[in-house]
Amino acid sequence: MSLNTVADETDIKARNQQIITDVLQAYPEKFGKRREKHLGTFEEGKPDCGVKSNIKSIPGVMTIRGCAYAGSKGVVWGPIKDMIHISHGPVGCGQYSWAARRNYYIGTTGVDSFVTMQFTSDFQEKDIVFGGDKKLAKIMDEIQELFPLNKGITVQSECPIGLIGDDIEAVSKAKSKEYGGKTIVPVRCEGFRGVSQSLGHHLANDTIRDFVFNKLDGKDNGFVGTPYDVAIIGDYNIGGDAWSSRILLEEMGLRVISQWSGDGTIAELEATPKAKLNVLHCYRSMNYISRHMEEKYGIPWVEYNFFGPSKIEESLRAIAGHFDDKIKEGAERVIAKYKALTQAVIDKYKPRLAGKKVMLFVGGLRPRHVIGAYEDLGMEVVGTGYEFGHNDDYQRTTHYIKDGTLIYDDVTGFEFEKFVEKVQPDLVGSGIKEKYVFQKMGVPFRQMHSWDYSGPYHGYDGFAIFARDMDMAINSPVWALTKTPWKKAK
Amino acid sequence: MSQNADKILDHFTLFREPEYKEMLENKKKNFEQPVAEIEVAKVREWLKTPEYREKNFAREALTINPAKACQPLGAVFAAVGFESTLPFVHGSQGCVAYYRSHFSRHFKEPTSCVSSSMTEDAAVFGGLNNMIDGLANAYSLYKPKMIAVSSTCMAEVIGDDLNAFIKNAKEKQSVPMDFDVPFAHTPAFVGSHVTGYDNVMKGILAHFWDGKAGTVPKLERQPNGKINFIGGFDGYTVGNLREIKRIFDLMGVEYTIVGDNSDVWDTPTDGEFRMYDGGTTLEDAANSLHAKATISMQEYCTEKTLPFIALHGQETVALNHPIGIAGTDKFLMEVARLSGKEIPDALTKERGRLVDAIADSNAHIHGKKFAIYGDPDLCLGLAAFLLELGAEPTTVLATNGGKDWAVKVQALFDSSPFGKNCHVYAGKDLWHMRSLLFTDKVDFLIGNTYGKFLERDTGVPLIRIGFPIFDRHHHHRYPLWGYQGGMNVLVKILDKIFDDIDQNTQETAKTDYSFDIIR
Repeated sequence: MSLNTVADETDIKARNQQIITDVLQAYPEKFGKRREKHLGTFEEGKPDCGVKSNIKSIPGVMTIRGCAYAGSKGVVWGPIKDMIHISHGPVGCGQYSWAARRNYYIGTTGVDSFVTMQFTSDFQEKDIVFGGDKKLAKIMDEIQELFPLNKGITVQSECPIGLIGDDIEAVSKAKSKEYGGKTIVPVRCEGFRGVSQSLGHHLANDTIRDFVFNKLDGKDNGFVGTPYDVAIIGDYNIGGDAWSSRILLEEMGLRVISQWSGDGTIAELEATPKAKLNVLHCYRSMNYISRHMEEKYGIPWVEYNFFGPSKIEESLRAIAGHFDDKIKEGAERVIAKYKALTQAVIDKYKPRLAGKKVMLFVGGLRPRHVIGAYEDLGMEVVGTGYEFGHNDDYQRTTHYIKDGTLIYDDVTGFEFEKFVEKVQPDLVGSGIKEKYVFQKMGVPFRQMHSWDYSGPYHGYDGFAIFARDMDMAINSPVWALTKTPWKKAK
Repeated sequence: MSQNADKILDHFTLFREPEYKEMLENKKKNFEQPVAEIEVAKVREWLKTPEYREKNFAREALTINPAKACQPLGAVFAAVGFESTLPFVHGSQGCVAYYRSHFSRHFKEPTSCVSSSMTEDAAVFGGLNNMIDGLANAYSLYKPKMIAVSSTCMAEVIGDDLNAFIKNAKEKQSVPMDFDVPFAHTPAFVGSHVTGYDNVMKGILAHFWDGKAGTVPKLERQPNGKINFIGGFDGYTVGNLREIKRIFDLMGVEYTIVGDNSDVWDTPTDGEFRMYDGGTTLEDAANSLHAKATISMQEYCTEKTLPFIALHGQETVALNHPIGIAGTDKFLMEVARLSGKEIPDALTKERGRLVDAIADSNAHIHGKKFAIYGDPDLCLGLAAFLLELGAEPTTVLATNGGKDWAVKVQALFDSSPFGKNCHVYAGKDLWHMRSLLFTDKVDFLIGNTYGKFLERDTGVPLIRIGFPIFDRHHHHRYPLWGYQGGMNVLVKILDKIFDDIDQNTQETAKTDYSFDIIR
């Protein structure tokens, strides 16, 4: 009997337990015990998913996680388009993350925008031995000379910086003074700090507080507000996600004064404390700064989810709930406007996708946020997990998942492969490192970090693309070709 | 609203719709505090000037858009060329996520590699426990035949001793005492990815030849007639190594490909994920000591490995990524000389076919100017082929090229009348290249995927040859080596030249008299 045909939830839970027990047996005992805490099955009614999270990965297991530098440079700061982000240290980190996340922006690259460029201090042995501060100072001078329209600089620390005792804060401060108060932000996001990208998000958030907001205190930046000003927080504009979100907020009558950080600018960051409401998409990477703005500036924040019409509708109403009737009516108008489109998309794709099972493993918000979009298409998410989630993510996940969902935190390559082999989903949604593993196994796959170079997936316009992409992954004729006609299946 | 269930708009077109254009214009105007357009235009033009180029070349500290990666990437490349070998990178875990992504984006294949996941405590106390636990876990889960250890900059800065750590881990029974764990220190702040390849290749050979870190007697060399072949760090490794094997088989040469990546990065989709596939067997790696000679296809990928091999008594031959007629001739003649085998008629015929193709097409290439960038050996191979085609490799740039490389490129220029006005740039990056493309005009650019930014900014058409190639699929399956490989390179260049001619001659009633169907 194929394991994916188990019918009721008791069977599923028993099956999950068996799968988990099986994978744990492959580890040396000590580490089987450690991994056991990260694997489980969701029990309806529990406040979280029953797994531990945000703990060090165990060595040697092929964790899918990245590092603090990836969280700061790759996620939070990198997309700010009119600043120059120096990958400070050896050449590799900046090279591998160069233009890889598709944070779309409008601008003249190399002139007034710099997102898809790789600025590095390219550390050599002498920089390790003698320190890199002088080099960093010189780099800032050269940036000023060669890129006169840059609006600021960030220093994204790679591993050696914190180990050799460099004082990037002092260099940044001195150069900021020399260049008339220019925004220069040192970030201590060395890759060995913390357990994953997550600490990098937090550190980067803190530097926005310290080097962008605190600099503004008491200064009037001439910003003229309206009662309807909001800031989009935690949308990196991958494939244009923030744009297909922004358009909905504007259509309902809100004024989006800032985008964090996809297609964002330093001016937008500086304007954000004037917002009336912060709308937060990626809770994981930007809850810190949202909480700070709430405490310091009294700006409330609301989490929203723009994947799939059900969640979009819910979110538009939740956002509108913070405003007057004009905006509430605006939300209803937007919902009504896109009804025909979403219905047509569902009518077209649901018959082709209904009943299909999905397993996810992603970062940030997606292990829970995209579930509604799959369900809008009649699909079912049977397993999910976070690369770098914390317990509050797993708590939030309970609102999305069904009883019996398989949960795997910081899954290892070994575990993920075994889980998929046993659960036999119709689709796996994860990252580039996982994509080809599962496709070789004959399992349809979509990258759910980069949208497999498609997108946007946010908003109503994005939902149409999402539905089409899932259909083309699952219903591609290629999956019928993986077995030869002359050999019997095992 | 422009989106439509019948004809779904992608990001390519969706954001060009009026409602989005208006939205983005308002965003810019109202919230971005943009630089005045006239100012942007002014700077944009200034960036094209000789004056800017001078400032750009005066840079001493900042590197912008380099065409090189770090040592551990090359370390992983070399390691996965051996049978059932799991690369183990000692240091922070984010590095490994980057290497795996980088290779998967290029080859469209999985890349298996583990990290010892060092964090703050390891930074203070050293990463010994990470090595002990990491080896045990990797061995239990992934059942490799060999684990090849290399290091990140973190482990190197704190001075972790790989040899001692591995010994210690074996004593703690992480892996059996006789399990093969070769190692190489691969600091990211020295050299580039080609250096990492070299260090790991040498590390693996030293492991097998020189007594496995003092645990067994050194092997005694018993010379045979075999030839070792080392390909080096090569984005075309799948196609290239298969072509090399075909050539060796045609010649009847007994050979060992040392570091064979051609299967692990080209596994079938047939329902099974192969974490390991193909690769040089560990037995062959050990026995490669006895070979008569070793040929390295990329000198700068084997700067330490070849002398190491030579010290063990073999003759070594270093080539520079030969492409085209003369390069392939030299390669084949070296193989013939070393093996005592004749070059068979089949290959002579292939040579003739490539000469034939060049004769057919050279009128379209003759006198055209090219800028090339890439790894040092690839640049040499491409430049030599262009000279052979009667083209001018006007600008040749390698971020990871040194002074000796520059001398070698200059000597190549000097060997041909077509090299007269050509210049070599060692240690420069693609922002330097950008200035050069504005001031020293060329007709075409040859480089990796990042060259598309140069193509966009300067209008010089890009021919994609190099590593990584992320935005075109399957190029790695086609060889650049051998006469067949030369044919592939020739066709790539010609296709771009013809596309360019067509694009410049298709304006109706203006230029389309030259929009010929026969060229």
